[in-house]
Order: sequence, then structure tokens, then C-alpha cells
Amino acid sequence: MMKNAVGRDIPASLNGIALTPYKSPWDCMPARADCGGKGGLPESNKLVKSIEEAIEATGLRDGMTISFHHHLRNGDYVMKLVVDAIARKGIRDLTLSASSLSAVQDALVPHLESGVITALDTSGLRGEIGKLVSAGKMAKPVMVRSHGGRARAIELGELRIDVAFLGMPTCDLYGNCNGVDGPAACGALGYAMVDAACADKVVAITDNLVAHPLRQISIPQTQIDFIVKVGSIGDPAGISTGSLRISKDPKELIISEYAATVIEHSGYFRDGFSLQLGSGGASLSAAKYIREKMKARNITAAFGVGGVTGIFVEMLEEGLVDTLFDTQSFDATAIASLKKNPRHLEMTAAYYASPGNAGPIVNNVDAVILSATEVDIDFNANVLTGSNGKLMGAPGGHPDTAAGSNLCIVALPLVRGRMPVVREAVHTIVTPGSTVDVIVTERGVAVNPLRKDLLDNLKESNLPLVSIEDLQRLAYKLTGTPAPTPPGGDVVGLVEYRDGTIIDVIRTLK
Amino acid sequence: MKLRRTMLFMPGNNPGMLLNADLYRADSVVFDLEDAVSIYEKDAARDLVRNALKYNEYNCEVGVRVNHISTPFGYDDLEAMMSVKPDFLRLPKSEEVEDIQRVDEFVTQAESRYGYELGSVKFVLTIETALGIRNSYELAKASKRVVAMGIGAEDFAADMQATRSRDGKEILFAKSQLLLSARAAKIQALDNVFADVNDEEAFCAETLLGKELGFDGKSVIHPSQIPLVHGIYAPSEAELEKSRRILAAYEEALANNSGVIALDGKMIDGPIVKRAERALAYAAAIGGQQGGR
Repeated sequence: MMKNAVGRDIPASLNGIALTPYKSPWDCMPARADCGGKGGLPESNKLVKSIEEAIEATGLRDGMTISFHHHLRNGDYVMKLVVDAIARKGIRDLTLSASSLSAVQDALVPHLESGVITALDTSGLRGEIGKLVSAGKMAKPVMVRSHGGRARAIELGELRIDVAFLGMPTCDLYGNCNGVDGPAACGALGYAMVDAACADKVVAITDNLVAHPLRQISIPQTQIDFIVKVGSIGDPAGISTGSLRISKDPKELIISEYAATVIEHSGYFRDGFSLQLGSGGASLSAAKYIREKMKARNITAAFGVGGVTGIFVEMLEEGLVDTLFDTQSFDATAIASLKKNPRHLEMTAAYYASPGNAGPIVNNVDAVILSATEVDIDFNANVLTGSNGKLMGAPGGHPDTAAGSNLCIVALPLVRGRMPVVREAVHTIVTPGSTVDVIVTERGVAVNPLRKDLLDNLKESNLPLVSIEDLQRLAYKLTGTPAPTPPGGDVVGLVEYRDGTIIDVIRTLK
Repeated sequence: MKLRRTMLFMPGNNPGMLLNADLYRADSVVFDLEDAVSIYEKDAARDLVRNALKYNEYNCEVGVRVNHISTPFGYDDLEAMMSVKPDFLRLPKSEEVEDIQRVDEFVTQAESRYGYELGSVKFVLTIETALGIRNSYELAKASKRVVAMGIGAEDFAADMQATRSRDGKEILFAKSQLLLSARAAKIQALDNVFADVNDEEAFCAETLLGKELGFDGKSVIHPSQIPLVHGIYAPSEAELEKSRRILAAYEEALANNSGVIALDGKMIDGPIVKRAERALAYAAAIGGQQGGR
């Protein structure tokens, strides 16, 4: 028996379990990694004066893994601010894990060259960082993951994050955060939510520090260890456009209309169906035609999934879509809607797309329209590199939603510039052809022969149905047969399929 | 019935547009060597259009607007185009019967030379002056190749010293005159280009007026205008249903040798039957267009 700090007799052990007598409210706070939840520190202890102080407080040291999100897209200041500070502190050999790397992150190149960052784990690779990887200048191979695959790897502990540095558009004094308020509002924080929940230490970096408690909470105080106030976390102009609008490019509109017509006749276009649309090109424009067709047939969708854009929000507000699930909000309209509309729900990347849980929402999606840099006669899709192997994109949710949905449409032009886009073989396989059901181009629509049901349903559609081989031959007829891509060199990166297996590799380019 | 609801103009000096010319489901496309091409690019555009016609397979009627034979480019254009045989030539500034006949002679000789079927290259005339409107019937009859004619609104209004308005009232008389001549000559009449591609409302109003006047279709300068025209020119389901009932009543009356035919209490006579037949033939011609449109 021993007396604890409040004067009671406590046995040293009971039934063989050692007991620790109470000392004070704060002396024996469990470390977060031990208990799976954050013990509370007094308010003043969370707020630190600078990013440098936060780095020290987290115990960051050589060889660890740091993480970031890409919700601030091409307006992000946070990644550079943090890695600059880490470099000044002399910490080296870090793995940088990001939900994606937008073009603005080219600013990290000096730190990749100098060895502050020696490994990358990301969805997107492009620009100067892409060139650096392709030139074989990274010390360790790059890991490219889908959004769902990254969430799976983090939640299952395959990708262990030591410190997450998360730019938060609004954060209160005790660490509750959201993305819908503040000068750098970006909307949903779906990718950051996974990092916040699973990283050993989490630093919220904000330019809009408000009184506790924040009313609309996306990331709770229970997950935030430290808070830093900075002047600005991002440039609103790079975070979102005013409102993404429907293309006026007549060729793109034809592709969109065909894609919408595929959905209309697929057999899935019925009351209560569900839909996912991307933010790019034909996928976004297809919303216009789907909306018209829904109105004409008087049907509504149970839910929509995104990457949410203004047109999806308009469909929500018109009652054409009952609920929106949003991992990231692409424009000002979507950000405003997430803030005010209770039927516009924020979701984590794991809820969206991880194959490592009991079921992400992509499994419930009827129809999705995606794009690609190129596709091939086996319906494989490349969304990471060009036909020449140049890194220029990101898997994003492409493989996840292709696998989960009932109907995966890849909509893209047959020819871009003078390059055929439907080819005999794609350079990099990101999404396997067995999960792609229909390829839509302005000159023809090809249905995967695995989907005989779809072929039957689409016969009545009046669409220009062709075989994928004919589509590829037509592309080559217009452009000429492309010269074979020179073989790549050493393997410098891995393309992980969402389940953790490796579906392709990235090699050095000559 | 040869549908010419839409005739899409494409500048002859833009390779991407020439490649994708037939994507937009216009009934006809016209590659323009005339006003869309600056004087410094005339020969380059001519080469480009010739090669486009030579190597690309288009799935719609394709014509070329050549320069007038009074310009230094007119005959070179004709010579180059006849080597690749467009479906039709769109002849600008059609004003004098003799000019049409000269082009006809040239084209006839070229057809023999290349071994094409004689008369297979058609003409579509563009009338752009007061004199042209006055001569429009004779122009329409100047060659058997002439299958349609239209009005170049901007040039015509300039020639008339008129002020262009959003609703185009200043060219209404000329349009009506052109239509009259076309119908008298039994060729098609094409409504004019509407230049402001962003003013959908005025475009649709003008298109509807043209359709109601009796035009066969409209010249357009942007793919976005095509579905609008096709929508306005499409007979409605109600119209088609009525046409079917009119024809059924007519046939029944014929079978019964009944003199007077009535449907829903209204008399049906020759013109009504003719209109019903035209609506159904038109719908049949539209049927089978791809893309669910």
C-alpha cells in the first residue's frame, strides 16, 4: 500500500497488475500513441510561437516521416514554410508523405536535392519534382498511391506518420479545425482528416486562430497536439477558382454528352441512383447533360460523390441530388455549400475510398465519369504519366472509384494535339482495365467486352459504339502510328494499387 | 430529301478545326478560303483544305467557299478543289448569271478531266448585294448545279447602307425575296449567319423566324449553334402525330372514294396533306442521327 497524492491508500498491485498511484492531473498523461487518443494539455501548451518551436515540440528528428495534405492545392504555402524551417534546424533524411503534390510544391526541389527530404510518398507527381524523380535524383524510390490506398496504408499502419503538419483554414485555441472559414478557406478536409487521426503528432498551422470552441468542426481538438499561427497559409486564388464552369469547347461537350448518354442507357439511371463526377474537362461538363436527362425523366439521385464542384451543388440545391459526400471542394460555390448545407457532408479519404475498412462509399457509387492521360486496348488507364513516361498527374481516386463503382466511364479525346490517346498499350498502368467499363471519345464509344450487359443496354442508345481496337486504329489513322517509347532505365518509383500491391513502376527517363 | 438544316463554316487555315469538322453533327460543313482567310494566307489555306479533303474521311456533306473568280485567287481555288472533289462549292458574292456560268464551265471541264460524274459537284450561292437579290431567281437557274442559296447578311446590309440590328429586321425583305426566288427555282434556301455566338436568345429568335418563313436551314459559325438549330427545325412529336393522323384520314378517304376529308371537324385539303407528308419525310431524314440528339 502507498498513499497517492490525494491521500488514499492504493495497493502496489492487484491480481498481478501493477498500479500507479495518482500524482496530479498532468503528471502521468498517456502519450497519444499509447492510448490512441490525445490526452489534454492545458490550452497554452498547445499554442506554440513558431513553426520551429512546433518542430521541436514534436520531437522530429532525422529519418522520420512527415505529412501534409493538398487541400490548399496550388495556393499552398504550408509545405514550403514547414520544410524550410526543418531545413534550417538541420534535420535530414525525412520521408515526405502528401495526399498530393501540386505544381506549387516545385518550391521543395532544393530540399529534395540537398537531402532534407530523401523519400516521397504521394498521389500526384508533376512539374520539377516529377523531372527530379524521372532523372533518378531522389535517394529513395518514390511511392505513388491512390487516395483510397493512402488512407488504407495510414490506417493499417503501413505508412506510419511521425508528424503531420496540417494547414488549417480555421483553428480554435484548443485545436478544433475546419476548412470552411477563414481567408484561405478550402472546403472539405477529407485527406487531412486521416493524417490527423493517425499521425503520432499533429501540428495545426493556421492563419485564422479563433476562440474556443469552434462551432463547425472537421478535425477535433482531440487530434491536434500543437497549434501555430502564421500570417497566411495559402493564396485563395490558387486554392479555388470562383466557380468551375462548364466548358465551351465543342469537342469536349460532345464527349460529355456521350458520357451522359452512356449513363442514361446503362441500366443504372433510375430513381435513387448515385453518381461521382470529377473536376476536370469532360467529367465536369457531363454534369450539364446528366442534369438535363434527370429533369427530362423526372428522376433524382440518392447521393453524389466528389471532388465537389459548383454544378454538383446546384444539382443538390435543385433537389436532383439528395446528399453530397465531399472529400475536397473544388470551387467557391462548393466551399460555401459545405459550410451552410446540412445535406452536403464532409467525408474522410478512408470513408471515400479506402479498401482497408468495412466499406468505403465508392462501393455504393453507380456511375462515375473519369478522365485519363491515355488508355489502351485492354482498357487500362494511365493518369500519372504521359505516353512518353513524363510524370504529369496523379492517381487520385481513379483506381478506387473505378473498382468500387458499378459503371466506370473514362471520357477523353481520341487525340490530344498530335498524340493518339487510345493506344495499344499505356505507358503506366494506374487503373487496371478490368475495372474500366466504357471508354468515351468524340469519335466513338467502346464498351469493355467483359460487360456484355452494358453492351446490350447501350444498343438502343444511338451512341457511336465501336470496338476499342477500332478506336485505337482510328486514332493511329489520324496521327500516324506513334514511335515506340524508348525503354526507361532504373526503377525510381512504385505505383501502388489501392490494395497495397504494386501495379507498375516508374523508371528513369533518358 | 437532302437535309441542310445546318451548314457550319470553318476557317480553311485551321488544321485542328478541319480535322474535327464533322464531329459536330452539322448536316454540311464549309471550309472557308474566302473571308475567314487573310490575303497573306490564301495559298496556305488552299493547300491545307485540299489535303484535308484528300486524306480525311468526313461523314457529312463537305463544301468549300472559294474566292470569287474576279479575285486573283478564284480560279486557283477552283483548280485545287476540283482535284479533290468537294461535294459542293459555295460561291460568294453571287450577282451576275455569267459568273455562275463561267464557274460551271470550269467545273464541268474539270469533272471531265478527272473522270468525275458530270454535274456531281454542286453549287450553293451566297447573295450579298442588292443586285444579287434582284437577280436571285436567275442566279438560281443559272446552272443545274445550284442546289441552294443563302444571304450574306453583313455584306448585304452594308451594300444597302442599312444599320444592323439584333432582330435583323433590316434584311427581312431580302431574306423573303431570296426565299421566294429559291422556292420558284425549286432549290433550297439557307438562312443567314448570326454573328454573336454568345447571344443565344437572339440567335434562337432569328432561327425560329427563318424556319417559320420556310427556310430549309441556317448557316452557322460555331458548333454550339448546331443543336439549337436542329432543335428548332425538328418537328414536334405533336406535329408528327397530327401529320400521321392527317395522312391516315387522307388514305382512308382515298380508299373509300370519299370526296371531302375531315379530321377533328376541320377540312383537309391538298396543301395540308403535302405539309404532313413533308413533316414526316423530314422526321425520317433526321432519324438515325447519332448521339441521342
